[in-house]
Amino acid sequence: MTALAWLVPAALFLGGLGLAAFLWALRSGQFEDLEGAAYRALEDDPPEEDQGPAPK
Amino acid sequence: MTVHASPGRLARGAESAHAVTDRSTLTLAIDNMHCGGCMRSVERAALAVRGVETARASLAAKRLSVTYDAALAGEVDLIAALEQAGFVAAPIEAAKQDRDTARQKYLLRRVAVAGFAAMNIMLLSIAVWSGEGGDMDPALASMFRWLSALIALPTVAYAGQPFFVSALGALKGRRLNMDVPISLAVVLATGMSLYQTMVGSGQVYFDAAVSLLFFLLVGRFLDESLRVRARSEAQNLLSLQGGIATLIETDGARRRVAAHALRPGDRLLVATGERVAADGVILAGKSEIDQSLITGETAPVAAAPGAEIYAGTLNLGQPLEVEVTAGDDATLLAEIGRLMLAAEQGKARYRRLADRAAAIYAPAVHGLGLATFLGWMLAGASWQTALTYAIAVLIITCPCALALAVPAVQIAAASRLFRKGIMVKAADGLERIAEADMVVFDKTGTLTIGKPQLLDAETTPDAVLASAAGLAAASRHPYARAIVAAAERRLGKVVASSGIEEAPGEGLKRSAGDDIERLGSASWCGLEAGGEGSEVWYRWSHDAPVRFCFADRVRSDAGEVVAALKRQGYEIALLSGDSKGVVETIAEDAGIARWRAELKPADKIAWLEARAREGRKVLMAGDGLNDAPALAAAHASISPASAADISQRAADFVFQGEKLAPVLEAIAIARRARRMALQNFTIAFLYNIVCVPLAMAGFVTPLIAAIVMSTSSILVTANALRLAGRPPL
Repeated sequence: MTALAWLVPAALFLGGLGLAAFLWALRSGQFEDLEGAAYRALEDDPPEEDQGPAPK
Repeated sequence: MTVHASPGRLARGAESAHAVTDRSTLTLAIDNMHCGGCMRSVERAALAVRGVETARASLAAKRLSVTYDAALAGEVDLIAALEQAGFVAAPIEAAKQDRDTARQKYLLRRVAVAGFAAMNIMLLSIAVWSGEGGDMDPALASMFRWLSALIALPTVAYAGQPFFVSALGALKGRRLNMDVPISLAVVLATGMSLYQTMVGSGQVYFDAAVSLLFFLLVGRFLDESLRVRARSEAQNLLSLQGGIATLIETDGARRRVAAHALRPGDRLLVATGERVAADGVILAGKSEIDQSLITGETAPVAAAPGAEIYAGTLNLGQPLEVEVTAGDDATLLAEIGRLMLAAEQGKARYRRLADRAAAIYAPAVHGLGLATFLGWMLAGASWQTALTYAIAVLIITCPCALALAVPAVQIAAASRLFRKGIMVKAADGLERIAEADMVVFDKTGTLTIGKPQLLDAETTPDAVLASAAGLAAASRHPYARAIVAAAERRLGKVVASSGIEEAPGEGLKRSAGDDIERLGSASWCGLEAGGEGSEVWYRWSHDAPVRFCFADRVRSDAGEVVAALKRQGYEIALLSGDSKGVVETIAEDAGIARWRAELKPADKIAWLEARAREGRKVLMAGDGLNDAPALAAAHASISPASAADISQRAADFVFQGEKLAPVLEAIAIARRARRMALQNFTIAFLYNIVCVPLAMAGFVTPLIAAIVMSTSSILVTANALRLAGRPPL
């Protein structure tokens, strides 16, 4: 029974981590251009300095 | 007059003298960016402009976002640089776009949070429910319930916002919308569960409340995505057609500016083959103007100094200098725009399928919930039990199918049409086009290609056609292009002869030794003044001249499409502003028995209104500026991508290509989408018929309610996705 005392929080924490990762990705514009991202992965040039949020 | 990009963070570096930057941001619509290579070239071209700091293109949105130092670069430099790299770009008003994406992200964040919470709460509840009555320690069950409460309360407060806000808005306006029962169910279920958790009872519904929110939010998000994509596509289209213009400054310097920045009194240079950006008067230059977008007439009109010239027309001959008389809002377009606005009012009354269903559904849900509560109270149950059952009814009846299935069907249908080159512009366009029972076509540009074609090309000798095409290849005149097109069909590639001179409005000539080769008007070729306008003569030296005749031709599959529509039971009509004879010929060609000629825009509206009074639901297909009001007035409307921008704005659908078949396609897919939406309503209805009586009788535990509700949501979504062939997102 004591196992649950840390298993449940651990599960919640890991789930929360996933959620946080998703929210971060959303914020940083990872979903802005789903088509273009496929091509960018094949780009030979070194990535630009600006890899943060897409400028608006 | 100058075009200033709005300075962004001006004050930021103002104090540190060495870093006074005037940073601005700009979003450009890029017309012909199709692949990763294009995307890269666009970014490179933009970054090469002095003063540009960052440039990031979005392939999905066909847009480029740039931040730049406004002291060093401007909107116009960027557009010019991209033009040089081979891309057509136009600035976009970014504010609206930002609002759209912000709303989308707002919903997506809530989808994520609700999804996370729903999974975890479901995990805990399944443990509790399956342990109930067994060997589960009551203290542990209580702890799990408290944990669920801990997750659910912030989730409901956060993820429920879109529904609460909308429900409050409706209640303030003394209306009921779908969000009222949703909010009620969620808030009651959460509050009740919290109370039950505190008193230590087992009737806890956090799982149901949160998973309900999750599914509804997914539906909301899909619906929003469809609207945003439609809006952003339309916005791109409009910006690009507005285009850029060449301004002649008072000192004679030439500058490229955005067309929307032109003011009366400005002097414009309209190059050969360029669209006129504003209404004006010609100051210098002699040319021919293609006015087909305005008048629907394909034959070019001669233009000389002093003549009026309208925005949207195409300069076919020599460069013209134009003084702007009316800028952006005060053009001929404005008049048409007013007619259009009036016509659109009628359409605004259209109520979407889901809304109509909600109008019946929402009161029924409230009524059933209340009846359950009162019934159980009267039967002597405690208020907790009565309320518990009432909430179960609210959750069971919650309109997941309505809220999720309809948007899912629509987004599937829209993405399928999109792959076929048809753009759904109005979110409710699919529903309206599916209801149509009559199709009305415009003539020029819709039923016909809208470009003159060479008649009787077969009878012209090969050699004559080849030399005529050699001359014609040097000109952008529509007749010259028609000759080249005909020659290319018959003889293969056409190369322009060398040493060609073009006399605007008259013709082309080329000297070969002592002989002179001419292509142009009758007088140009040394004949008495010619008869009709739609002809061109070719003459080699003193040989007898050869005549070429032109006419607009119906789209290759117009007859088939009309026949197919007739077979499907649609009534077909042709409305045109053109003269009787021409319209009659085209109507016969396309197999249309019912036609009206010489109609003004207001006449078209009157005709459509008369049909509406008869109870007909008309699909209008048109392209010209003069069709825009009719497009707005019709029950549903479709426009080719070559149409005037204002018509594209008015139309519910825009299709690409030389063929008319997309009209059929759009109707077929829209009708299938409608069938599927109705199927989904039926699924939801059957499920309610079975579950609601059980819930009212108190047999449905919260877990069962939540599971059954989720299953029905997944079922209707899966059904909707059948339409897309592959997942739409």
